[in-house]
Amino acid sequence: MYLYDEFDRTLVAERVTEFRDQVGRRISGELTEEEFKPLRLMNGVYLQLHAYMLRIAIPYGTLSSRQLRMLAHVGRRYDRNYGHFTTRQNIQFNWIKLESLPDAMADLASAGLHGMQTSGNCVRNITTDQWSGVAPDEIEDPRIWAELLRQHTTMHPEFTFLPRKFKIAVTAATHDRAAVKVHDIGLHLHRNGAGETGFEVLVGGGLGRTPFIAKSIRPFLPKRDILSYVEAVLRVYNQFARRDNLYKSRIKILVHDLGAEAFAREVEAEWQHIKDGPLALDPAVVAEIAARFRYPDYAHLDDNPPELSRFRQADRRFDAWLGNAVANHKVPGYAIVTLSLKPEGGPPGDATSDQMDAIADLADRYSFGEIRVGHEQNLVFPHVAQRDLPELWRALDAVGVATPNVGLVSDIIACPGLDYCSLANARAIPVAQELTRRFRDLDLARDLGRLHINISGCINACGHHHVGHIGILGVEKNGEEFYQITLGGRADERAELGALLGPAVPYGKVADVVEEVVAAYLELRERPNETFVETVKRLGVEPFKERVYATH
Amino acid sequence: MTSPLQQKLKITGPVVVTANRLGDGAVVYRTRDGNWSTRLDEAAVASTAPTATEILAAAVADDISAVGAYVAPVRIGADGQPEPGNLRESIRNAGPTVRYGGPTVAPAITIGI
Repeated sequence: MYLYDEFDRTLVAERVTEFRDQVGRRISGELTEEEFKPLRLMNGVYLQLHAYMLRIAIPYGTLSSRQLRMLAHVGRRYDRNYGHFTTRQNIQFNWIKLESLPDAMADLASAGLHGMQTSGNCVRNITTDQWSGVAPDEIEDPRIWAELLRQHTTMHPEFTFLPRKFKIAVTAATHDRAAVKVHDIGLHLHRNGAGETGFEVLVGGGLGRTPFIAKSIRPFLPKRDILSYVEAVLRVYNQFARRDNLYKSRIKILVHDLGAEAFAREVEAEWQHIKDGPLALDPAVVAEIAARFRYPDYAHLDDNPPELSRFRQADRRFDAWLGNAVANHKVPGYAIVTLSLKPEGGPPGDATSDQMDAIADLADRYSFGEIRVGHEQNLVFPHVAQRDLPELWRALDAVGVATPNVGLVSDIIACPGLDYCSLANARAIPVAQELTRRFRDLDLARDLGRLHINISGCINACGHHHVGHIGILGVEKNGEEFYQITLGGRADERAELGALLGPAVPYGKVADVVEEVVAAYLELRERPNETFVETVKRLGVEPFKERVYATH
Repeated sequence: MTSPLQQKLKITGPVVVTANRLGDGAVVYRTRDGNWSTRLDEAAVASTAPTATEILAAAVADDISAVGAYVAPVRIGADGQPEPGNLRESIRNAGPTVRYGGPTVAPAITIGI
């Protein structure tokens, strides 16, 4: 866990006092909505279809059990008993009242939680691998760098009014679980030929109306230079990006228009002015941040304790869950456990206040009080002793978060869509719910293997549809909901944008089409372990298109 | 950002003026007597651009009660009352089409093994 210091606590508390005053002045009429809107957005407060929505940052996806209990409390006291975990390691409350917001924020602040960097044209909540610090394939904990960047960019006066929002993601693992190639800046910590660790810097990735995979502009950046280099990228963006057209204001458009090489030259020129200045990182500062990440006092345990094998043989439901939701840990005898927030027929990413409380209690008992939030809208217990897995499984099952579908067809990413969002053109959640019913047979799901369905209710792509193995985008045509379907997208280290299957289909046909696509895959795959994306990569969308549009 | 009042209204059928209530964001409609109501059947219905513009102007001026006023289409039902004119307005009027906030414990999924 990261431990807040006095500076962090003061900053958050001061923000609550400031916002309480702003809300009071808005309610009294002293502030107009035009004046108030940018102030509320700087605290993560949106006005959606039916109510205000409060978005709370969960920096690098790390939560303590105390913080999760506080989120449960806010859901219960100020909202409607639930929260929605998003694709950016945030949580949203959908029904909060303006009058209640200062009190809710004060409660959140008491647990070190806030809505800063969750809205507005600033550097947003910095995201990373939800397995940080425990993944066997990472070279070091990337959260240290995410935290350094968080501190540097929070309320940075030069970057508070950027041309548009700005998203940074960091990974330090071989397998990219943080989707860094579809971020404004993606940082991949790796080791070079000389054995030194540093960052590959990728820029200009993003989804939305004009999707791009990020381009690498520096294969290896020494760690000492991370703040100055990111600052140089932000300065070039701030200076050159378009402010006249909302749709062309993201860095991806600038990088595309200038070309990655020219953009890199601009960054390099800017960087030369600042690289050896105060932003060059002092190893003592890095060590001080690193020291604030406390790791559990792990016991000396062996992998695969015999009782685990016995239980697997005795209970095939447990065996199925273990094979799906449990991953290897870097410490022997421990495991990483994913809690599925994708029950059959449930809205993806939702958790009730009761569930959050129960999960917090279980985290205290089985995961050293620590929980992670992943961009796939599931939760993670990062430090579970393998010998505790049977007991934990029973407890998670009772809470409704042990559906063994992690990474499978019913583990769907979906934005809130037209059921909540004022930007949406079509619903996303009920489409996801119907698909989880169609694919309720987990034997089939396991046979299908890794298959990510991502759904967005509009072109802004909060549901990451471009990088879904099957992507579904809701559009509006003459007052009706239609959905464009793409195949072959992926968000990992081999990130790709999906290709359009064909004409959009109406709401009532989406699940049928996805079933057809899946049936086609089962016929077309070369071998049982050729994954869906591999089959699409090999054959393109044509054979899928022929099958789907011949049927419909 | 263009103010709603600067946009030329194109009216092809009956419309109402709607917004979100300042205090809690609830969906409200501009009423015939110049107040706000959460009930669509109390909304002032306009069928011409000048009337709609007039209602909208008064609604926008009332910045303290409701936020983000705009003109939304309605249909007139068999009972003569306005009904939401599209899906977005139906969802604003009736709430999400999906259940939320529960159940506390999701039903267990059977695995066919």
